[in-house]
Amino acid sequence: MAKKKGEVKFGEQLTVGGHLSRSVVTSGPGIFWVTVFLLVPLVWIGVVSFLTRGEVGGYGKPFTFENYTRFAGFGFFGFDLLYPQIIFRSLVLGAGTAGFCMLAALPLAFFIAGMPARYKNTALTLVLIPFWTNLLIRTYAWQIILAPESPITHLAVALGLTTAGSPLYPSAMAIYIGMVCDYLPFLVLPLYSSVEKIDWSIAEAASDLGADKLRVFWHAILPQVTPGLVAGIVLVFIPATGQFVIPDLLGGAKTVMMGNAIQQQFLQSRDWPFGSAIAFIGMGIVLVGLWVYARFSGEKGGELL
Amino acid sequence: MASEIPAIEVENLVRRFGDVEALSHVNVTIRKGEFFSLLGPSGCGKTTLLRIVGGLDMPDEGIVRIGGTDAREIPAHKRPVNTVFQSYALFPHLTVYDNIAFGLRMKKVAKPEISERVKKVMDLVEITPLGNRKPAQLSGGQKQRVALARAVVNEPQVLLLDEPLGALDLKLRKQLQVELLQLQRRLKITFIYVTHDQEEALVMSDRIAVMRAGKIEQMGEAESLYEHPHTRYVSQFLGSCNLIDATVKRRGPKEAIVDSIVGELRVEFGQNPPAAAQRDKFTLAIRPEKVTLCRLDESAGENRVKVRVDELIYIGSETHYVLRAGEQRLTAEAMNVKVGSQGFDIGQEAIVYLPAAGLLVLDD
Repeated sequence: MAKKKGEVKFGEQLTVGGHLSRSVVTSGPGIFWVTVFLLVPLVWIGVVSFLTRGEVGGYGKPFTFENYTRFAGFGFFGFDLLYPQIIFRSLVLGAGTAGFCMLAALPLAFFIAGMPARYKNTALTLVLIPFWTNLLIRTYAWQIILAPESPITHLAVALGLTTAGSPLYPSAMAIYIGMVCDYLPFLVLPLYSSVEKIDWSIAEAASDLGADKLRVFWHAILPQVTPGLVAGIVLVFIPATGQFVIPDLLGGAKTVMMGNAIQQQFLQSRDWPFGSAIAFIGMGIVLVGLWVYARFSGEKGGELL
Repeated sequence: MASEIPAIEVENLVRRFGDVEALSHVNVTIRKGEFFSLLGPSGCGKTTLLRIVGGLDMPDEGIVRIGGTDAREIPAHKRPVNTVFQSYALFPHLTVYDNIAFGLRMKKVAKPEISERVKKVMDLVEITPLGNRKPAQLSGGQKQRVALARAVVNEPQVLLLDEPLGALDLKLRKQLQVELLQLQRRLKITFIYVTHDQEEALVMSDRIAVMRAGKIEQMGEAESLYEHPHTRYVSQFLGSCNLIDATVKRRGPKEAIVDSIVGELRVEFGQNPPAAAQRDKFTLAIRPEKVTLCRLDESAGENRVKVRVDELIYIGSETHYVLRAGEQRLTAEAMNVKVGSQGFDIGQEAIVYLPAAGLLVLDD
């Protein structure tokens, strides 16, 4: 058989050039995308966070750690833990959202996985439907649903869950309702794909060896869905930590979240270096948290989960 | 020993999946310490029966008693039985040691005792060096041993084995068959062993139940099943058989003279002849090794048939012959006891002797 130029037969080794050209074709677009839209802006923000605010906005020399010390509480008006509190509040919001989403997604994923095959795709599409509506519209809709005169509020009053005249929103509960609605699909989808792959004979083995239903779930089912669960939690936790629109609209715009703080620094205060520092610290805390979790579950995950 | 409580009693068990009866009115009694095999092709209900005994499936009708207690009162996780699964079903996230210790931990056995019992059973199945491995790092045979250890460590009254050697290659199978048998004799645990491999069942079992389409077709010791199959199905499933259609000419209490395509034959009924023996027409079966091949000059005597050698398969210690007597095809297997040629060639004519006691009457 005549060999065309550039053609590689099965089992034949590529030349160095061949490897290179293949790599460029296959992973080139991805590398380009990540470099231009992620790596470059990230490095830029990182550099900016060590610069000084210009007289009329913008930024310039000298290099300084002042943005970071200011964040830690040593500001113009004396010691104040305002910014660490903001970050902490955002982390609580992210963790809380991930937690509630997990509680909602676990039964939902098992329910969908247990459905007859012909309904599964419909069910998954229904899970995704909220994505078809704009976030703001969905959030305003919750304001109406939870308003003092809405049927749901009347029902809550009738059930004794709240007193007449006191609306269900703005409140922490309203924030979490909005957050869970928004982020649930991110957790349901990866979890569902794990649930689909469960080897049920392992659950039967656990039951055979004396585990009651709760322990069958804990020892034989949960470990099998852990990869999907962790992926889903990460997918919810990270964007939920940066979320500020929903807390503003459903929480009464009284609390500043990390997202608002960054936005304020960039757009209103025009203090890009400080905004960059907040963004970097928030990202750093989230990354460290994930890294600790990965180490933790990598070594002892089998026993813990 | 008649008063001893059986390990397992199954009464009138029915299990339906939709319109299909996976088990229809099954009755079995399994004695303590017995190696009992359920033998049948896939889909015959043998695994379903095992799962119901283990509490992993529920019957639609009927009763299972474990050591005399109605099993409906005992949920799966409290039954004194353990299962070795066909797929092993080891916990992938746990080490070998933790897999084996699982059952004891669930029963809240004290830690020192767990460690002692796990080590002992790991010794017993020879996997002591593997304690820290995860299932993904084990070979098929090793997984099998872990699955066995994980069940045996709980000292169950009855061990249920669902085709435990099904995924292993032939050599390893043979080796593990022997080891399983030794283990069973040492531990004196009742084994219920599901298999579709007739040889495995014959080699290992005290008693075998041959299953077909949700029913037990015949049950008994290996030898009696092989020597006296009652139905065409059992005769074909366990070993192979020559089948000859016969019509009764004369009948005595313990024998009959029948007419067949190969001529007149005398048939001796065994101890418990099947119902078909009372009919005028039935199928006769004879095992190939019971068919004796003789030279043409040995034609005198009953049950002798003139045949032609169609095919000859020499396998060293024995020779298998495919013979033809008119329309009837017969197979014969003979040990090569003579030194040198056995004296039969393809195309040659010969006489076969079908001993009257070797001819079995079969139900359809």
